[in-house]
Amino acid sequence: MSTPGLVARVQKWSAEQPWRLYASQISVLVRGEVRRSLFSRRRIWVYLLAAIPVLILLSSDLFGPRSTEAWYIERTTQVLAGIIQLYYVRLGIFFACMGIFTWLFRGEMVERTLHYQFMVPVRKEVLVIGKFLAGTLISIALFEAAILSCFYLAYARFGSAGSSYVFDGPGMSQLGSYLLVTALACLGYGAVFLALSLLFKNPIVPGIVLMGWETIVPIFPGWAQRLSVTFYLKHLCPVTLPVEGPMAIFTVVAEPVAPILAVLGLFSLAFVVLVLSCLLIHRIEITYTVE
Amino acid sequence: MTPGDRQIVFENVSKFYGEVLGVNRVSFALDPGITSLVGPNGSGKTTLMNLLTGLIKPTQGSIRVLGLTPNQPIAFFRRVGYCTQFDSFPPGTTGYDFIFWPLRLHGFGKEQAAKLTSEALERAGMSQFARRKVAGYSKGMRQRMRLAQAIAHHPSVLVLDEPLNGLDPMARAESIALFQELARQGMHVLISSHILEEVDRISDRVVLISSGYVVAEGQIREVRKEVRDHPLQILVRCSNAPRLASAAFELDHVVEAKILNDGRGVLIRTRDAEEFYLLLNKIVSGGLVEVDAVAPADDDVNSIYQYLIGSTGGPS
Repeated sequence: MSTPGLVARVQKWSAEQPWRLYASQISVLVRGEVRRSLFSRRRIWVYLLAAIPVLILLSSDLFGPRSTEAWYIERTTQVLAGIIQLYYVRLGIFFACMGIFTWLFRGEMVERTLHYQFMVPVRKEVLVIGKFLAGTLISIALFEAAILSCFYLAYARFGSAGSSYVFDGPGMSQLGSYLLVTALACLGYGAVFLALSLLFKNPIVPGIVLMGWETIVPIFPGWAQRLSVTFYLKHLCPVTLPVEGPMAIFTVVAEPVAPILAVLGLFSLAFVVLVLSCLLIHRIEITYTVE
Repeated sequence: MTPGDRQIVFENVSKFYGEVLGVNRVSFALDPGITSLVGPNGSGKTTLMNLLTGLIKPTQGSIRVLGLTPNQPIAFFRRVGYCTQFDSFPPGTTGYDFIFWPLRLHGFGKEQAAKLTSEALERAGMSQFARRKVAGYSKGMRQRMRLAQAIAHHPSVLVLDEPLNGLDPMARAESIALFQELARQGMHVLISSHILEEVDRISDRVVLISSGYVVAEGQIREVRKEVRDHPLQILVRCSNAPRLASAAFELDHVVEAKILNDGRGVLIRTRDAEEFYLLLNKIVSGGLVEVDAVAPADDDVNSIYQYLIGSTGGPS
């Protein structure tokens, strides 16, 4: 087929089936963004954020005390809950999402390459969704791998007692909950940071404000708590952490909500914020000199 | 189809960056062919091109390209290709990927995109360097790679911001030949350039811009005629220069007749070229003077630019 014929045929196809075109564009955008971001040197600090607890648990396995007593497994479960709820959900995933999602557009502004994305026949909304999905995929892959590693390292050292706790006891269900919480945390924080990056030239300051909000939100009324990501995640965590001592500042005392509502609530929050991002992207102009 | 559906139309377009003027009250309509945007540094050429392609939005006014606006990105960017002046590329990308992936976003399948990529690379003379990373390219190679990307999807409108910058003479000649070929095929080719001689040689029309205002627009000779403050210069090479000079001086509209140093020509400055040509015909047919050549000496872009904008144009 001649080149003009080929061009005309693709134009006709995409005009007749726009949704197939959007799906194909999203797929191309996700692959491009993953290829560009996943192995970037700029991401090393994000990998470190995910790897720190894994390295600590690994050194504990190698050099720490060993016991197969039931109370020690219970204690390990509490330690693992602390690592996931206090470190990963409140800090690790939070800051990693800040780094990954704010860089999706703002990074391209800094590298002066965003105009290439604006000069292709792609709706801006499709661009936002494609980049958001890429960021979500990267962050979920990274942190789910970290959670799986932590879980394995936490119970593997107990031998058959550990296997029994995981496969015959509550272990597997807890793992499933943690993986769900991790994925939802990436989704929720990711959507919020994407919107912040489109709203502010420097999203770091609003990011810190968000961190403060997520910390103090338990003192606010129920309706205000629903505007926080940790509010929904709290109800999905399988192990309750004691609210005492200096670490209490990082724990959330939330009004009880059914897990299914918590999942739906977080999806709704992410959806609303993503719609906001789709509106905000139309304000962006290519004026690199002011970046 | 209305005439506007074949034109690039700016209607009363202004762009302000805060309180800083980008362009002000720009209106024109361009037909297919090569149009050159000419103006000094900071005059607003890139702003006009970025407005045209939707990279920035007008503060007021409207822009339509073949009846489309950038708010319809799918239809718009199928028909528009833009080679910007931004000399930056996605980190780690190769020349091939730089062309290939945007084509995939157009909706082309792998094989189709590969075919168009190879074709565009060949047209831009970059086939042999395509598998190398763009970071290792020279400035001229990066320029040609951006050009390849802009033409890869066979647009109807090609917008080129300083496309000849950084190119060696051979690549410059090849690029100009490509622009002319594309214009012959019925495309709009909009070029900004400070190399006025080359612009003059290839342009069907010019848009002269200064300090954010369009000061003249149209075919080069038409624009020159409108510059009435500056008499037109006509160079006549002939056998009897003093005779021609004295005859010319008898005409009211001739303000200067300067005999060239070699004595074989006269540089006439006149406010009415048509009248002067009639006189010249009379003199030639009377056998008083043998004329070897007649050429307007200042109806090129450079002269018009100097008259209207008041500088040599300089690098833009």
